Amino acid sequence: MKKNVIEVKNLEKYFEVNSGFLNRNKSIVKAVDNISFDIPLGESLGLVGQSGCGKTTTARSLCLLDQKTNGEVKFYNTETQEMDDIDNFDDANLKKFRRNIQMIFQDPYESLNPRWTIKDIILEPLNIHNIGTLNDREEAVKEILTTVGLTPPENYMPRYPHELSGGQRQRVSIARTLVMKPKFVVCDEPTSMLDVSIRISIMDLMLNLAKDLEVSYLYITHDLAVARYMCNRIAVMFNGKIVEIAETEELLKNPIHPYTKRLISSIPVPDPQYQRQEYELNYDELDEIIKNNPDDDMVDIGGNHYIATHDVKDSLY
Amino acid sequence: MNDSINEKEIQKKVRREAFKRNWLLFRQSTLGMIGLGIVFFFFILAILQPILFLTGAWNEAVYHPVVGYEEIKVNLLVVECPDEYPTEKYESSNACPGDGEITQRQIYNPNINPEVGDIHVALLQPSPPSARHLLGTDSLGRDIFSQIMEGSQVAFLLGLLSAIIGVSISTILGTIAAFYGGRVDAYLMRQSDLVLMLPSLPLLFIISAFAELKIWHLAIVLGVIGGLGGSVITIKSQALQVKVKPFVDSARITGGSNMTILFSHILPNVAPLALLFMVFSVTGAIASESILSFLGLLNIEMSWGIMIYLSQTDGYIFSGMAYWWLILPAGLAVTFLAGGFYLVGRGLDDVFNPRLRKR
Amino acid sequence: MSKTVLKVENLNMHYETIAGNVSAVRDVSFELKEGESFGLVGESGCGKTSVAMSLLQLQADNAKISSGSIKLNDEELVTKTEKELRKIRWKGISIVFQGAMNAWNPVVKIGEQIREAIREHYPNNSKEENSEKIKKLFDIVGLEHSIMNRFPHELSGGMKQRAVIALALSCDPKVLIADEPTTALDVVIQDQILKEISKVQELLGLSLIYISHDIAVIAEMTSNMAVMYAGSIVEMGKTSEIFSNPRHAYTKLLLESTPSIVGEKKKLRSLDGEPPSLIGDIKGCTFSPRCPEPSDSCKNQSLEMGLIEAAPDHFVDQCCVECV
Repeated sequence: MKKNVIEVKNLEKYFEVNSGFLNRNKSIVKAVDNISFDIPLGESLGLVGQSGCGKTTTARSLCLLDQKTNGEVKFYNTETQEMDDIDNFDDANLKKFRRNIQMIFQDPYESLNPRWTIKDIILEPLNIHNIGTLNDREEAVKEILTTVGLTPPENYMPRYPHELSGGQRQRVSIARTLVMKPKFVVCDEPTSMLDVSIRISIMDLMLNLAKDLEVSYLYITHDLAVARYMCNRIAVMFNGKIVEIAETEELLKNPIHPYTKRLISSIPVPDPQYQRQEYELNYDELDEIIKNNPDDDMVDIGGNHYIATHDVKDSLY
Repeated sequence: MNDSINEKEIQKKVRREAFKRNWLLFRQSTLGMIGLGIVFFFFILAILQPILFLTGAWNEAVYHPVVGYEEIKVNLLVVECPDEYPTEKYESSNACPGDGEITQRQIYNPNINPEVGDIHVALLQPSPPSARHLLGTDSLGRDIFSQIMEGSQVAFLLGLLSAIIGVSISTILGTIAAFYGGRVDAYLMRQSDLVLMLPSLPLLFIISAFAELKIWHLAIVLGVIGGLGGSVITIKSQALQVKVKPFVDSARITGGSNMTILFSHILPNVAPLALLFMVFSVTGAIASESILSFLGLLNIEMSWGIMIYLSQTDGYIFSGMAYWWLILPAGLAVTFLAGGFYLVGRGLDDVFNPRLRKR
Repeated sequence: MSKTVLKVENLNMHYETIAGNVSAVRDVSFELKEGESFGLVGESGCGKTSVAMSLLQLQADNAKISSGSIKLNDEELVTKTEKELRKIRWKGISIVFQGAMNAWNPVVKIGEQIREAIREHYPNNSKEENSEKIKKLFDIVGLEHSIMNRFPHELSGGMKQRAVIALALSCDPKVLIADEPTTALDVVIQDQILKEISKVQELLGLSLIYISHDIAVIAEMTSNMAVMYAGSIVEMGKTSEIFSNPRHAYTKLLLESTPSIVGEKKKLRSLDGEPPSLIGDIKGCTFSPRCPEPSDSCKNQSLEMGLIEAAPDHFVDQCCVECV
């Protein structure tokens, strides 16, 4: 049995929205509504869905940037080789635990502090966790810069982010993320703002590093083609819920949930001869169905392919 | 080749390039360059005075702005107008229809009663500009030019000191308000509103009437009032923008403490705006000092405001342009230096604000 | 044989900056036939948008067209005055900008904003005629008529972008330029908008210039296409021909670096290095520093860039013909 790097059970994140005169009307927005998934060690899960469906909120909850409302999140502990519930951590353990989790952001222009040199940026996690001597840290920076392909490292270390191109900055982001050798990295559309030609080299780099350093990714994207290239499994999210989750190829060849079908039918294909299948979907109807089935669960329909149960009994199917 | 040397060299190069780029951007702004020229001119004036005294080019007894004194005596022949002889003595030489030299002072001086034909020794103060006194002397015989120099020392000291105090206060408070939010934010914002609402000039009048303000006292008072006011709100809004940037999130995920994030991420990124504020607030400080000195509320020996104050108390300010060297140099100096700092701020704004950059 | 609507010949355009002149468009020539859809593809900074802006003569203040001609129905645009251009702009050529959906005036109703554009070009139309026209346009782009009386903030991103297309069509243009109209939109909405544009183009017999960095979208939307690199066109021809038989090294890499959801999952090729700086004089092949297998003439930069016809209706930059 393969170990999981993260296990998420019934994760929920609600936001309170105030409106009306003197904020008297309070309503709750369920940004993430009862989602569950596991990621095995060394594997990557793609989280796909349209903007506003709760992808980023999920990521922020997992990285402990925002407090989750409900649910259980367990992480793999590299020392004891067991799963730790994050609710059971005290402050000291929490800080230790944070070594194992990192996040790569979408915008390479905003995710590096413009006033810091590349060296300082990559040193930051090492400094925060007080790892090794100053010389060790500098060596680590050099090593990781070489790993992400910014050679010679001495040439990049004293520079500021604005002197680098988008692709190079994203490489620095990856270097900063991986310098602590984390086990789990959340990637929030790290290539969507890069050019096509540079995108592939970044994705290849991330794939290679995942293999070498045994990192698992939670890869958030709205582009199924990118998710296919990067991930072992894909979870499709719609309105705060995961509606379908399966092995990548299985999901693309055999989509079951109507939203997944719609999503797949809308991806342009780089082949003028190819005719896409038309698939129309009534969102209001789907919304209605999801609202009427608040307690639905995911069912396995074989081959590690889960779908949300509200489908099984409905006409959409 | 040693790696570390290599890295240091690149570091130096990077810094040099960054400076060059910013300087290029600043040079694009004509106003900024004019401002910088003005500020530089006054800076030269400020440091030139001690050098002139030290080298002996100037005699301190004559040229000291406060205690230097020179008696300028003129021999005058008292005449009467030949056409209307015998007649009353005229009030001024202009009024005399014929030739002759009559000075108002000696004739109406009750102690002297000169007769026509007397040679009278008169003290000519304030004396107009001459080769010896480039901008003339004031009513006490003190050199105006050296007073202008002394005044620019005072202006630089006061302006920069109060700006540094003010900006430090507003940067720290603004960042704290943005970072902690909630009650801290609410309290600090109400405090700023309050200070903004208080009319600062009357407040300064009251403070300076009760306490004998020296120049550094004034700098502190101006700094505190400026630092608690509107700039806190502006710095806070900038800090709020920085706070939600992904690099702050990523420091937090890594486990960075609040202090780390506050001091190493947010503060450096509001620093350019703070610097801009600093330059702009120098303008305000110089203007406030002039107003307070002009009203005689400060305990300062010499400044541009004091110079105008003296010409006012002696009554020369009402004589139009006749005694221009008592008023114009000081007035222009205040205007130009305050304006110069403002223009430098405009130029810096072009450097720091990418929106306005020419691509 | 349909007639040529837009003809661009040897267009050169540069931006004047502190660092020097940036040649954004270098020697670009292409033709657009009536009812044709033409795709311009390339990475950011390759000059796609600069070409579009030159066609409309809407370039930034520091941009200068140094030579070349742009002919719309045999009418030269480069030498025209601002006043004459204003007549042509919305009526002859219109454009859907990147992020145009955020350019609506937030305090004026959508219908009123479109009516204003129509009034500029058809001052004699009555109010009823204009309203009728807007309703017809809304039918074409698939919007309900009631949206005319809504404010921009009441609409979703997709609806706003549809309304932008309606606005672009409001003065019956001959040529529609779509400059990345779907960036910042979700895939599903992108799909809808793309379908809408194709439908509109077919229905009205428009000539379409579609600009994008995504060759998958270009493959779907266009019949002819050009690949741009560093300000110049490196390959041009029928879309199907270019996709099945790419001849320029850059086109090949572009095709092999685009992930797809159909077909076998294959290893994608990456393109290393950065695009060249376009400041100052540029000599020889701009792509050779990044070319995986540059020929000798490429390496020593002996050939100047320029398109030659490698196959019927298939033009390739001459520096790269030898690579084939």
